[in-house]
Amino acid sequence: MEERITLAHGAGGEAYRELVQELFLPAYGNEMLEPLTDAAICSGSSVIAMTTDSFVVKPLFFPGGDLGRLCVSGTVNDLAVSGACPKYISVGMIIEAGFAMETLRRLVASIAATAREAGVSVVTGDTKVVEGGAADGIFINTAGIGVFLNGRKPLAQKIAPGDKIIITGYMASHGMAVLAARENMDFNPPIESDVAPLSALIDQVLQADSAINAMRDPTRGGVAATLFEWVTPETDIVIEEQSLPVRPDVAAACAILGMDPLYIANEGIVLLSVPARDAESVLRILQSVERGKHAAIIGEVREGGGSVYALTEYGTHRRIMMPRGELLPRIC
Amino acid sequence: MKTELEAMKKNIAGLAESLGQVTIMEVCGTHTASIRKYAIRELLPGNVKLVSGPGCPVCVTPEQDIAAAITLAEREEVVFACFGDMMRVPWGERSLYSLYERGKDIRIVTSPLDALRIAREHPGREVVYFGIGFETTAPLTAALIEAADECGMENLSVFCAHKTIPPAIMQLLKGGSSIAALLCPGHVATIIGAQAFAFVADELKLPAAVAGFEAYEIMAALLCLLQMLHRGERKCVNMYPRAVTEQGNRVALALLDQVFEPCDAIWRGLGEIEGSGLRIKERYRKFDAACKFKTVLGGVVDGAGEAPGCICARILRGQSIPTDCPHFGGACQPERPLGPCMASSEGSCAAYYRYGG
Repeated sequence: MEERITLAHGAGGEAYRELVQELFLPAYGNEMLEPLTDAAICSGSSVIAMTTDSFVVKPLFFPGGDLGRLCVSGTVNDLAVSGACPKYISVGMIIEAGFAMETLRRLVASIAATAREAGVSVVTGDTKVVEGGAADGIFINTAGIGVFLNGRKPLAQKIAPGDKIIITGYMASHGMAVLAARENMDFNPPIESDVAPLSALIDQVLQADSAINAMRDPTRGGVAATLFEWVTPETDIVIEEQSLPVRPDVAAACAILGMDPLYIANEGIVLLSVPARDAESVLRILQSVERGKHAAIIGEVREGGGSVYALTEYGTHRRIMMPRGELLPRIC
Repeated sequence: MKTELEAMKKNIAGLAESLGQVTIMEVCGTHTASIRKYAIRELLPGNVKLVSGPGCPVCVTPEQDIAAAITLAEREEVVFACFGDMMRVPWGERSLYSLYERGKDIRIVTSPLDALRIAREHPGREVVYFGIGFETTAPLTAALIEAADECGMENLSVFCAHKTIPPAIMQLLKGGSSIAALLCPGHVATIIGAQAFAFVADELKLPAAVAGFEAYEIMAALLCLLQMLHRGERKCVNMYPRAVTEQGNRVALALLDQVFEPCDAIWRGLGEIEGSGLRIKERYRKFDAACKFKTVLGGVVDGAGEAPGCICARILRGQSIPTDCPHFGGACQPERPLGPCMASSEGSCAAYYRYGG
């Protein structure tokens, strides 16, 4: 194969065939993809969950992850938090002519490895090549389908007064890792992203038949954005600031840059709203799994008027505001 | 720590009883943010009021400097480097962020020295660094200029809008005001030393305390100020000794002196203040963007004007608080600010907004 992506790789001819046969099929290979028909035929249940997401991260490789791992994890996690078991994903790529074949190989290997880890099959895909300068290296879109196993139903995604809010791990690690890598901040050791497919972790909780009122992966806008999506005009959410788990290196980077970890994107954790009586057992299940060992109860839902509050370590209260705009590192 | 805080809260309340209305000003953006973040006002009695002064370097940067920065950033040959806070400060319809969104080469840096690397990577282009900040960031800009001089950099210059805090405090509070005491900026004091604020007690006759940024450090400094007010003392006390010495950071001060000289500077909200700016010395003039791009900047006028009704100027003087502004949280929000106090994350309006007005 050539060493760089050319417009021919997107033209549907020999170069395209070569790309599919020599790169994609060996990496993703499964019986639904291999016939290379226009649509993959997959088995499933009558109720399915479906989602799609596009990924344009810069840089493509960052400590703890890369665009390939991210584009599988993001879609898998969206399915898993809906209560579904992620089964199938598509991978659509828009690549700039001139993109290094070796870089594409590394991304494809990462997609394949992450898909295996998540238990999903890459069943269909698409590749377009645009002229140099028309895209920033590579953009990837993934869509995913999940099924509801063992009589499970989609989650209601509705919080109720008395719920405990549980977080499955350290927050802000992914967003700060990507920011530090993009801006060449040279933290030593580098901040690592925790980007990961969380289907196995979530499955553990669902298997135990715990009552879960809502579950979400707090990606863009961070934990704060999810809390705002959840809070209703009849409830308040109160977060205990001291119980928010943040890795020390991430906390330090946030402090230096004047950024609040509550607003930083995550790709390796989930937030759950669980009735108080089940909260401890859900927490124990999460903590028994490697990816959930830093899980913590961070707050609760109360009757109220649609606000999100933080209870500071000094016993004072402050309102948490809806995240707005892109976060920019500050001055001093 | 919580018990100590409770004790301080009680002491402050006790002292405040005999004092009537007490207004204390802080002149550091990080103090403003910490006070809001820890909801310190919940720990204070009703008659102790905290107001912010001109402590946010982005906020006090006058419109003509923003206009000049945007004019430079728009130029084809320029790679413009600045701190993130500067990006959203509006000049009419434009901001550095709006240029960035349109694809202009604007780099957000976290240290001025990043500009040196950018200049090395782009030998065919002109890298302009926007030098913003008080005594805390100015030494780093000085280090950038010195390093650029050392390696004979030709394609790097600094648009210098650095300012120094003491002359602004003097200007704002001389001749009396409603401010009863001053919380002095801990970060600035690490560089210039606690003794640099002695004039607050000696000349302005106000109690002053250099404070750190944790809740207990701010409370301890407030308690110290109230004790002085109670006893009628007028001293400047260093309540942040874990970071601040009397004389400051000699290396940083020497670097400032080597590269910069004082000049008169315009502050948004306060007007021109004698000796409050830092100008690049003659010896390093070739790194001064104001000289390098003199012909380009000659025509820049601040015709856009401040947004009608924006009260940033009053806020920067401690005469109003953000929630007094009719635009606060409505027409003026962090992602589309009308004034600089909302644009900078260190600004009072942004701190009030972020932590619930």
